[in-house]
Amino acid sequence: MTSGFPYLTVTTFLPLLGAVLILVLRGAPEAVARNARWIALWTSLATFVLSLFIWVNFDPTTSDFQFVEQSDWVPTFNIAYHMGIDGISLFFVLLSTFLTVLCVIASWISVTSRVKEYMIAFLVLETLMVGMFCALDFIVFYMFFEGVLIPMFLIIGIWGGPRRVYASFKFFLYTLLGSVLMLLAILAIYFETGSTDIPTAMAFNFPAGMQKWLWLAFFASFAVKVPMWPVHTWLPDAHVEAPTAGSVILAGVLLKMGGYGFVRFSLPMFPLATAYFTPLIFTLSIVAIIYTSLVALAQDDMKKLIAYSSVAHMGIVTLGIFTITQEGLQGAILQMLSHGLVSSALFLVVGVVYDRLHTREIARYGGLADNMPKYAFVFMLFMLASVGLPGTSGFVGEFLVLVGAFQVSTWGAFLATTGIILSAAYMLYLYRRVVFGVITRADVRSMLDLSPREVLVFAPIVALVLWMGLYPSSFLKPMQPSVANLIDRVEGAQKAAGLPDATVTAVR
Amino acid sequence: MPVVSVPTILPALPEILTVCSAMALLMLGVFRGEGSTRLVSWLAVLALVLVLAVALARGGDRQIGLNGMFITDGFALFMKVLVLIGSAVSIVMAMAYNERERIARFEFPVLVLLATTGMLMMISANDLISLYIGLELQSLALYVVAAFKRDSAQSTEAGLKYFVLGALSSGMLLYGCSLVYGFAGTTNFAGLAAMFAEGNASIGLIIGIVFVSVGLAFKVSAVPFHMWTPDVYEGAPTPVTAFFSVAPKIAAMALFIRFLVEPFGALTAEWRQIIWFISVASMLLGAFAAINQRNIKRLMAYSSIGHVGYALIGLAAGTETGIQGVLIYMAIYLFMNLGTFTVILCMRRDGRMVEAIDDLSGLAKTQPALALALGIFMFSMAGIPPLAGFFSKVWVFLAAIHAGLYVLAVIGVVTSVVGAFYYIRIVKLMYFDEAKGVFDRPIGAEMQAILVVSSVVIMLFFVIPGPLLTSAELAAAALFPG
Repeated sequence: MTSGFPYLTVTTFLPLLGAVLILVLRGAPEAVARNARWIALWTSLATFVLSLFIWVNFDPTTSDFQFVEQSDWVPTFNIAYHMGIDGISLFFVLLSTFLTVLCVIASWISVTSRVKEYMIAFLVLETLMVGMFCALDFIVFYMFFEGVLIPMFLIIGIWGGPRRVYASFKFFLYTLLGSVLMLLAILAIYFETGSTDIPTAMAFNFPAGMQKWLWLAFFASFAVKVPMWPVHTWLPDAHVEAPTAGSVILAGVLLKMGGYGFVRFSLPMFPLATAYFTPLIFTLSIVAIIYTSLVALAQDDMKKLIAYSSVAHMGIVTLGIFTITQEGLQGAILQMLSHGLVSSALFLVVGVVYDRLHTREIARYGGLADNMPKYAFVFMLFMLASVGLPGTSGFVGEFLVLVGAFQVSTWGAFLATTGIILSAAYMLYLYRRVVFGVITRADVRSMLDLSPREVLVFAPIVALVLWMGLYPSSFLKPMQPSVANLIDRVEGAQKAAGLPDATVTAVR
Repeated sequence: MPVVSVPTILPALPEILTVCSAMALLMLGVFRGEGSTRLVSWLAVLALVLVLAVALARGGDRQIGLNGMFITDGFALFMKVLVLIGSAVSIVMAMAYNERERIARFEFPVLVLLATTGMLMMISANDLISLYIGLELQSLALYVVAAFKRDSAQSTEAGLKYFVLGALSSGMLLYGCSLVYGFAGTTNFAGLAAMFAEGNASIGLIIGIVFVSVGLAFKVSAVPFHMWTPDVYEGAPTPVTAFFSVAPKIAAMALFIRFLVEPFGALTAEWRQIIWFISVASMLLGAFAAINQRNIKRLMAYSSIGHVGYALIGLAAGTETGIQGVLIYMAIYLFMNLGTFTVILCMRRDGRMVEAIDDLSGLAKTQPALALALGIFMFSMAGIPPLAGFFSKVWVFLAAIHAGLYVLAVIGVVTSVVGAFYYIRIVKLMYFDEAKGVFDRPIGAEMQAILVVSSVVIMLFFVIPGPLLTSAELAAAALFPG
């Protein structure tokens, strides 16, 4: 479906327009800061509304790319500006635009220095994130994918905590190293298929030997982004040092880039290599689920704990993706969306108390249920969603992934379930230490409950988490045809190459 | 005795114009005295712009003149445009600096014009003899400008070092030329190409090629012939360093490409190993040696060594795509480097130049525009999209993958990550750290203009990449007829 109005281009570049507006603001510092906040809020809201239009007009019955836009860019090299979304990318676009609005509101008061630059960074980041999920050309995709590093590097480095320099460098160099290898793979794909068009490459049958190398190059990039064990070490550092809104975007969207990359590229383009490497992914995912859950149990810093829990949750995602079953893949995508909301919310939850007491040390708190009942409720809801309580979004995703995993590998599913029990352990332990117990310190006692602005930030997330948990069909239906099509493609290619069914090759 | 007629000298019109204006300006300067420096400088810039217009008007058709010694084609045109831009901008950058440092003498623009003449001749050389003449004309003028701040021990040391090592490399180059002549019996590129079309090279000829390559590797400052670069870059006056880092490098790169591709294109398999090695060595050294630098000019020296390594990836591929990659790389490198050096020239505190990297601390607070520009250049040099530096790297890696040089490509991307470390360290200093002091203001209208133009080019290159890519494609095609 090609629509007349360039929805995707406008959604992608509208935030950039806002950023330019903020850039040219002049005048007294307070006035500039205030105007920058409002411009950022209105721009991100407009972008979000626009992305809702895309959802409304999205045709959930087809697996084709929709809202396609195509125009020449570098014709001599067959590189085109090609945008379009399908059921897989739709919700990631929505997630990005949704979280950006929340980030702007959440930073309203807590960010006081260089507000202008801060808002510019977030709007530029939004452009890059949305563009990345919409891109259907490798070079366009790579530009957005890699361009994210610049604003994120600045966000961590300028508005971050005490060890921000170390964290920002680690984040930047780690992710860059992974991405450049993918760039080489993209260039190799270009010579193989004759263009950098993503749909063309997705339908192209690469030689089996080449697939393994290309798969590994893409893996290097996405595994760092996800992040998978053992290349996850940048994440706790980046999360701990980033400002609250930076952590939200990092956990909410940036980590999803890796999972999205696996679904969008690794599976359809390299089905044979995928079959070959599935045991590796399963092993790494299960190690991530169990090991990082144990590490999370031992943390004293709230943000660090949630960061490690992110690694574990993303392990469930990668496990689900590589089951290559309808349940596993849809569950993985839903789990990504759910994690995008829940972990972002948890970082915001930490941000609330951090704004008041300026420490994230778990031992400094305790007994918050007494003086902050609203806060305790919100915290509990997200904590339970993170654990995967039925009725919340976390349950649907995890359940579907485990259903998918059981079909492929009983042992894998068994071990992953064990890891999920651990997640209940560390989250409940965290909650008990922060919210329950007796207040012993005066400064903790004097903390105020959620302000209306903070309620405004949490309310939509609460609603979405419950919606996703109680009626997941709204989200599962639009992605169903695309996922089914993807599985047909992978299994068809594997069968054509004489590989046995995926359920047999995987580790048991 | 051949008669020199007008048509045979016509291809050399840009060179003739440049050298004539150099002579005229020299006389003007002599008669008007020291007070005429600004006038002479602007006239030199005007002359370069004029030469640029003439070169563009003559177009990129393949023409051979001066009895086969001289060639103009699309490739030469492309490289000449880059060199002329680099020279003109360097003269503009130097004006205010020279006046402040009390070294404003009219010889400076004249020397730059003479060096530019040599560079244009190098680019158009079609014979080992014209190659050497162009190279020496360029080098002699450059030795003098390196030592232009003659009261400064550092500057004179830089000039002397450059001279001694440059003479050594010229000697090697000349020795290589004589070997090539001895084993081939001709110095003409077309003659050499015809002779070795089947790839039947004797060992003596290969040694000759190696020696010439050594000389040229010295001129582009590729490892292991880079030793002079950091010292000369640090010691020479800053605008001269800016000039060194672009124009002579582009000209030498053009010569390197033409020398290997035109006469010895059939021997690609032989010389590719050499280029492969110096490319890898340059990238590694450029990435690792720069990490510990404290002086920004030294840092830029290592950075430029690294960039030459990346550009040489395209030459190692030896294909049309590869050469196109080198051309794109050098064009974007020109803008990044000129922009960066403009910022370095603005690093003045209480009327004195400061050169420590730490002096950039907190620049984002004190001079946000300057910090933004330098930030753009640094991210671009690190090769982060959507900035232009990303595209320059993409095209050389594209060529490497196309030619099957996978190891080279992987080493290239990995060193680019290492290199990113010191580029983003500068961003860190400017944006994350507290200010140490303020740089002098204003920075001058011409500096602002250079900064705006170069940062806009680097920032918005991705919007319309077509013109540069297409002209680079045409230029590269000129070297691969048929």
